[in-house]
Amino acid sequence: MSTLKKINNFVELRQLREQLKKNYQESLSNEIKIIVGMGTCGIAAGANDVMKAIIDELQRRNINATVMQTGCIGMCAQEPIVEIIRPGEKRVTYGRISPADAKRLIEEHVLQGRIVEDLVVATFEEGHPDETNFYKQQRLVLRNCGHIDPEKIEDYIARDGYMALARVLEQMTPEEVIEEIKASGLRGRGGAGFLTGLKWSFAAKAPGDKKYVICNADEGDPGAFMDRSIMEGDPHSVLEGMLIGAYAIGADEGYIYVRAEYPLAIKRLRTALAQAEEMGLIGKNILGTDFSFTLHIKEGAGAFVCGEETALIASIEGKRGMPRPRPPFPATSGLWGKPTNINNVETWANVPIIIRNGAEWYASIGTETSKGTKVFALTGKVKNTGLVEVPMGITLREIIFDIGGGILKDKKFKAVQIGGPSGGCLPEEKLDLPVDYESLTRAGAIMGSGGLVVMDQNTCMVDVAKFFLNFTRAESCGKCTPCREGIQRMREILQNICKGKGTLEDLDRLETLANTIKDTALCGLGQTAPNPVLTTLRYFREEYEAHIRDKRCPAGICQDLLTYFIQPELCRGCTACVRVCPVGAISGEVRKPHVIDPEKCIKCGSCKETCRFSAIAVK
Amino acid sequence: MRFVSLTIDGRQVEVAEGTTVLEAARKLGIEIPTLCYDNDLSIAGACRLCIVEVEGNNKNLPASCALPVAEGMVVHTNSPKVREARKIILELLLANHPLDCLTCEANGRCKLQQYCYEYGVKESRFSGERRHFAIDDNHPFIERDLEKCILCGKCVRVCQEVQGVGAIDYSGRGFDTKVATFMDRSLADSPCVSCGQCIYMCPVGALTAKPSKGKGRDFEVTKVVTTCGYCGVGCQLALNVKDDKIVGVTNVPDSHNQGYLCVKGRFGYEFVDDPERLTTPLIKENGKFREASWEEALDLVAQKFNEIRAKYGPDALAGVSSARVTNEENYLFQKFFRAVIGTNNVDHCARL
Repeated sequence: MSTLKKINNFVELRQLREQLKKNYQESLSNEIKIIVGMGTCGIAAGANDVMKAIIDELQRRNINATVMQTGCIGMCAQEPIVEIIRPGEKRVTYGRISPADAKRLIEEHVLQGRIVEDLVVATFEEGHPDETNFYKQQRLVLRNCGHIDPEKIEDYIARDGYMALARVLEQMTPEEVIEEIKASGLRGRGGAGFLTGLKWSFAAKAPGDKKYVICNADEGDPGAFMDRSIMEGDPHSVLEGMLIGAYAIGADEGYIYVRAEYPLAIKRLRTALAQAEEMGLIGKNILGTDFSFTLHIKEGAGAFVCGEETALIASIEGKRGMPRPRPPFPATSGLWGKPTNINNVETWANVPIIIRNGAEWYASIGTETSKGTKVFALTGKVKNTGLVEVPMGITLREIIFDIGGGILKDKKFKAVQIGGPSGGCLPEEKLDLPVDYESLTRAGAIMGSGGLVVMDQNTCMVDVAKFFLNFTRAESCGKCTPCREGIQRMREILQNICKGKGTLEDLDRLETLANTIKDTALCGLGQTAPNPVLTTLRYFREEYEAHIRDKRCPAGICQDLLTYFIQPELCRGCTACVRVCPVGAISGEVRKPHVIDPEKCIKCGSCKETCRFSAIAVK
Repeated sequence: MRFVSLTIDGRQVEVAEGTTVLEAARKLGIEIPTLCYDNDLSIAGACRLCIVEVEGNNKNLPASCALPVAEGMVVHTNSPKVREARKIILELLLANHPLDCLTCEANGRCKLQQYCYEYGVKESRFSGERRHFAIDDNHPFIERDLEKCILCGKCVRVCQEVQGVGAIDYSGRGFDTKVATFMDRSLADSPCVSCGQCIYMCPVGALTAKPSKGKGRDFEVTKVVTTCGYCGVGCQLALNVKDDKIVGVTNVPDSHNQGYLCVKGRFGYEFVDDPERLTTPLIKENGKFREASWEEALDLVAQKFNEIRAKYGPDALAGVSSARVTNEENYLFQKFFRAVIGTNNVDHCARL
């Protein structure tokens, strides 16, 4: 890595940006660029091998091209993704590239200028808004993801990085910064949706000579990876947001609390931090001003509850990550008893955009009470799984069907789980619900951090509720009675229902328990843990009742409620099933239809897999 | 100091800003049930039994121990909604608790038992899997039965915050949470100093003083408040007496030691009824001890003192006093040596 020069003042920063912009424009007209998606999603799909194949092939053929890595482009289902830009030509995005495909791309596209049509995902005019806003999205937080090398601060600066910091330090008082964030209407993206500017003002007003800012990067919802992708794809945007926040509230020290399970995000944050320090953008007297700031990266050991701010603070202090009652709120007594402001990764990453484009512009995006955009991790039974950023107020239908491409294998949509273990499952009739904090809360779900798990007709909603309770049961800190004991009991009731041993009174007990936990638990984790149960009871009660009354799982998921049987008209009596059945439950004469003894059958499914005539059915 | 006025159960009260609703209610004589709260310890907000209903808060039932008062606040501590929620919390605790009150050392002083009685919780609607742990009885004085533990965390806090030892903390998560020592060893292999504060704090029967086990439950004993005889601090303690025998020592909360004791005061009482204990002075004659009266013994000592002083002078005598006696006794002791014997050879064991 080239050594970075310290930037001493605003003029030098602007000069550097101009130079880097110019370099980039020039490179577009005289270099072939090959960009490989190297987020965790890309690497997991094999991007390392693709990258190596590309470099080897270029070397072998002695081709002069710039190979660059970038973070998550958002189309995780298409990984590994390779993009090729030839001077003066369109950016072409290729998906699901194998090392062999990579060689083809070099042979045909790089060398001969012929687009390899069968591997193309999309083509974009360089600089055109569609380039970032594909499929109805509005990518503000993710604006740089897929466009910069996250390990190069120069790439960030070339795209106006650290200009918001410069603007704040040069032209705004801390109070003006807070007013600007307030006016933008930005609300916390970690889940609860508290007004960010208001939160900042509390910490700013709190008496104390030492204050902290913390970035909550303990993303723990199953199926959520928004924050990880931001840190992997554009770490400097988080750093810049924190710098601005620190200036606004009067903090000179900060922590990024990131889970250790995110090694790539940690690596890129560390690289970004080292580069920013080297350039003097973090450290003493930043850009020649009186503002100084030190930043630490603290690895969390991966407890879901450490996403709760008081537990997170305890964890940084080296204590067991357990929430404590509030007040006092961290704004007055946080890390080591000092006023502390905690925001989530996505919230911090929004800050530079607001400062650069103005609160008014930002507030024009979204709805009356929910401003700006929201990043969602779209997963589950949907065609285009990945990371999407949409303006607030868009409907769930648009996200799932227009951006997500609809349900996998064109099955029927059943529910979407929004907000992770604290959120809820919304049915088809809620698909036209605008995505904003209030609408989702009214529907029994929450915005949460942005996990969207799409479920199709083959999903059992009782099983889904059980899944989330398994998670919260294991992740509860164990401190307060309702959460520690209550979740266990709700889970036991659901287990019984899934086994066909439930009663209708169980549903009342379940509801009573769920409401009590919601009312009495100590922290947000406990208070919201019953949401998956409450929403499935609210929207899919008949499915619970089917399990209880008819001893039937309509989706065919709950093993204990399934019956395997042989359809006599299809059975040839080949005895293949008899041979695989581990418990001797199948009997019959050779070449005559066989039968399964339901008393003996353990529902392992071996017979069904073995049968060549599809004679074995499940009901 | 600013004062805040609020209404609790229809009664107006004025308290200092920063007071909790629980404290304000107690000021009015309204008892709110608590399992994890103690005046001396930090607020945990763990048991959630002290929840109350606050008018205007439709979101949840906040825990009064951690809820600061606010001007004009209207609180209901015993509304049907609150009682139902408390009942469910008690049922949840009970579902994971052995129902062996008949043989439990805590019977009669157990707060879980008391509240279940008050709230009419006979059995739990939520019974299911229960935690199982082996009893830890390796420690000389403290027996831990984690199956009875309701995880209020008072033992953890008193050990850390009052005693400054930190021998125990929470381990595990969720339903599998328990109080453990470092590396989950026996309490005997931890930095525990055997002060027994944890036993006194425990609202249930999870922690038992081993020397008292089986010798009488709280309601069977008479509590005799006395001063600890071990050192000059003079801690107040309550001897638990049954059938004229000391069967245990418990705290005297409103004392200068705030009830807290050390291992000696808490557990060092068994000598009282020891058959080996000397009950009269002994005088050695011809190499053998014989029993004597106090008068005879003191006369003998006075006589010997006089003889030594007459023969060798007062500086031939020296006195060393004990930290186990009171200040007044120590004062008299040095006065005796200086004024009566006539020597400055007087010292105190605490200086050694």
